Amino acid sequence: MTTYGRGLRGLALATVATITVAFALVFFYAPLDADQGFIQKIFYLHVPLAITALCGFVFGGLLGAMHLRTGDRRWDIRSYVAIHMALIFGIGTLITGGIWAKASWGHWWVWSDPTLTSFLIVLLLFCTYQPLRFSIEDSERQARYASVFAVIAGAFVPLNFIAVRLAQAYVHPRVLTLTGGNLPGAMRLTFLVSLVGMALLYVTLWKYEMAAKSTRMQVRALRRALLGDDGVAPLKRSAAPS
Amino acid sequence: MILAVAPALPLQTAGKYVAGAYVVFLAIVLIYVAIVATRLARTERDLTELRRDVELRRQQAAGESGQDSERAREPVA
Repeated sequence: MTTYGRGLRGLALATVATITVAFALVFFYAPLDADQGFIQKIFYLHVPLAITALCGFVFGGLLGAMHLRTGDRRWDIRSYVAIHMALIFGIGTLITGGIWAKASWGHWWVWSDPTLTSFLIVLLLFCTYQPLRFSIEDSERQARYASVFAVIAGAFVPLNFIAVRLAQAYVHPRVLTLTGGNLPGAMRLTFLVSLVGMALLYVTLWKYEMAAKSTRMQVRALRRALLGDDGVAPLKRSAAPS
Repeated sequence: MILAVAPALPLQTAGKYVAGAYVVFLAIVLIYVAIVATRLARTERDLTELRRDVELRRQQAAGESGQDSERAREPVA
């Protein structure tokens, strides 16, 4: 078992339990929103997904910084997987947000809202991460350039968040603030449990993919040690670290 | 454009959207887990192949050392 596989089963069980409790709270405990009614239940899925995705991008940037600092390729792999996972969560955010927008506002997308547009910009920015990696053949250079990108794009996320918070005109209601926000107790508890569930899901899937990647690399290294370079098929050009 | 004050949807209509959002989320997670599981299965196959190669080499090495010891036991003319 690789380092990443250690404790994965327990973590996966904790994730499933937390998400199950969160969904139970969403549908059986949290009160109906006076303004939006039942459709507001998407909030407990959409917002935690968005927060986790944005934190995942920042996490990827931090791991990229560790790679640049140490030169250890393992940090590059960790950064790659962190950004990959955050992209998946980001796509989930866009889809669930679109569904909520259609039900609530009658449109799948509203360009005039800074929250929506800024999130799309961040997501599209990180969508260029994979093509950037793929465009560089030399794996050493690929890792270095990708880490530089991850650090810069990761730093852009909080800046973008602050800029949106300072925006005056928005359609998105502000329910989460540093002073406590406008969520009543039952809704806040449900939201926090959902947020913990999403964060756990992110960490579990990150570890899961890291375990899969690490195992594959170890098998490849063993094959090379046993059979020499002739026994191992040459790697195809890929965006993924090798 | 005042979108935020649109009236709440009736439960029947809202239910479809809410179910849609949660189903999409579950589908994304399941598809992702399935993709990684497929890759893991491939790695497992590679590992089995590698074990077979190691075993084959071990047997070959044992056969060669057996022949060497027999040769060493033969009287030298």
